[in-house]
Amino acid sequence: MSKRHLLALYSNFDEAEAVVKELRSASIKGFDVNHDLIVKSPIEHPEVEEFLGNKPVYVQWFTLGGALMGGLLGFFLISGAQANFYAQIKGGKPIVPFPPNFVLTYEMFILGGVFISVLGFLICAGLPARRSPLYSAKVSEDQIGILVKSDESAANSLKAIFAKHHALEIQEEAGK
Amino acid sequence: MKDIREDIAWAKINQDVLKSLENPRKLYWVILFVAIAMVGVAAGCEIYQYNVGMGVSDKNNSHVWGLYIATFIFWIGMSHSGTLLSAILHLMHADWRKPIYRFAEAMTTFSLMTAGLFVAVHLGRVWQIYYALPYPNERGLWPNFQSPLLWDAMAIFTYLSSSILFLYVGMIPDLAICRDRMHEGWRKKLYTWLSLGWEGTDRQWRNFRVTYLTIACFLIPLAVSVHSIVASDFAMSQQPGWHITSFPPYFVAGALYSGCAAIITLFIILRYVFRFEEYMTLPILKKIVRLTFAISMVWTYLNLVEFASVWYSHDQASKDVLIQKASGTYAPFWWGMMFCGSVVPLVMAFKRVQTNIPVLFAVSLLLNLGMWLERWMIVAPTFAHGIYPWGWDHDQWPSFVQWGMVFGSFGWFTLLFMVFCKVFPSVSMYEVKEMVYHRSQATKKLEETGKFAAAGKGAH
Repeated sequence: MSKRHLLALYSNFDEAEAVVKELRSASIKGFDVNHDLIVKSPIEHPEVEEFLGNKPVYVQWFTLGGALMGGLLGFFLISGAQANFYAQIKGGKPIVPFPPNFVLTYEMFILGGVFISVLGFLICAGLPARRSPLYSAKVSEDQIGILVKSDESAANSLKAIFAKHHALEIQEEAGK
Repeated sequence: MKDIREDIAWAKINQDVLKSLENPRKLYWVILFVAIAMVGVAAGCEIYQYNVGMGVSDKNNSHVWGLYIATFIFWIGMSHSGTLLSAILHLMHADWRKPIYRFAEAMTTFSLMTAGLFVAVHLGRVWQIYYALPYPNERGLWPNFQSPLLWDAMAIFTYLSSSILFLYVGMIPDLAICRDRMHEGWRKKLYTWLSLGWEGTDRQWRNFRVTYLTIACFLIPLAVSVHSIVASDFAMSQQPGWHITSFPPYFVAGALYSGCAAIITLFIILRYVFRFEEYMTLPILKKIVRLTFAISMVWTYLNLVEFASVWYSHDQASKDVLIQKASGTYAPFWWGMMFCGSVVPLVMAFKRVQTNIPVLFAVSLLLNLGMWLERWMIVAPTFAHGIYPWGWDHDQWPSFVQWGMVFGSFGWFTLLFMVFCKVFPSVSMYEVKEMVYHRSQATKKLEETGKFAAAGKGAH
């Protein structure tokens, strides 16, 4: 069945919240509120997450992996280079000196953590991305957008809910 | 007085900031032209030094570092301002930082880039800069991984690359605004490419928030480690005047101090040049001034700790260096450093001065002069009065080549910074909107509570 995209614009978060709540409570056939709803906003607004429900973030796992990988890579790279000193006279000093090596290990720990966090962010946020089928530049200015994807049959019910909550504008486009 | 007007329309914030990308005051072009001329002076000095040899810089066996490394430390220190404003104050939920942190982050990036140039210039053979990098035993180099100089290269690389990523990631939502508002042309293409298709979806914001916080958490210990390692370049040697335990915190405090002073200077310039009076407000300036004053007192205290620990130690060579600083060839500069770094900031304690722009502009320049002198007074007197008398060289004076490079470095930094501010939004639009939104919500709640309380229906 062909899908239709609808984008409704609102002037404030309260109206957007009311729409999302109503979409959740009204079970509309051909529209899955958990997968087919996206809220777009010009600012980071933690309350959006509250009314959308808990959605996990995995960036911190990338961070942990990156930091550990960076630290281990740094430590073993340096220690590997120093291992050559088996063949050289070190005057009784340790071949792999622990306190000094921790400095570069620490720097590599941070470097790995930062780089992989950014990579994790791009993956988890789905960036770089193509524009979604409907986009309004007003979302980056001062309006809150609710983008939904539904079966053709559900489009009219969704539009009615959007209009009921005083949408400033409703855009629609036939999707694939 | 409020930090920012709570009734500014979000669309107006976009409009005002985007206007700065197209239509600055004429002073912008004057600053840019002067900066290019200053870079020209440095380029001329570098070409001369490159062709004739390092001898033209007047560095000799005692004075092997000269102004180049002193200025290198100065620029590394300057970079701490961005971390302070964007990372430390972000974690402390100080939302007044929001209109000004972007340019402070840019300062971090460009001052690190400027500092990096001095390593190349100091080496003389710039084409062999890769010898400074901490890679394993290629070409039989056998780098000493226990040397703070090698740690320094790694720490600065980590700090520079992390700062660039931090600046870029924090700018993505604003780049999307630029993409949406700009007319067709190279700018639109650039913003479209850099904004990576950002649309402000809940998924994007959710991941953005965690990433930004994570990088901020990494940047704070990184910034502290960078300047502690720079301090270790000195403190881990046995040279008199350098072998001091308090050097790492002293360097970190000095870095934050010079960074804050530079923020005041650039705040005043950007406020006028880009007509940011509504965003870079006097109450925000007042907060930075108070922060700078507090840090200046920490720096003064650490200076006194250093002098006292040298004076009451049994290390005669270190004592001699201290006496030589206060009464020898470098005395005017050393006392100048004390005056600019410890006496001048006292005027910032007066409320009337805290929002007086001409006075603050002059004070911030003096503070930075003091902080540059501080770095010079760390490097030069020890080289002039080492442990052994045959190394004493009190009359060494840097040649015009060294002075020219130092002069040009300020031009280079200004050039990069001003070009950045013209191409990218130097005020974070989405964060100013957040600030305005949250503050207006808080005021609304307060008013409602007030009404309830007046009607005897309050919670308490």
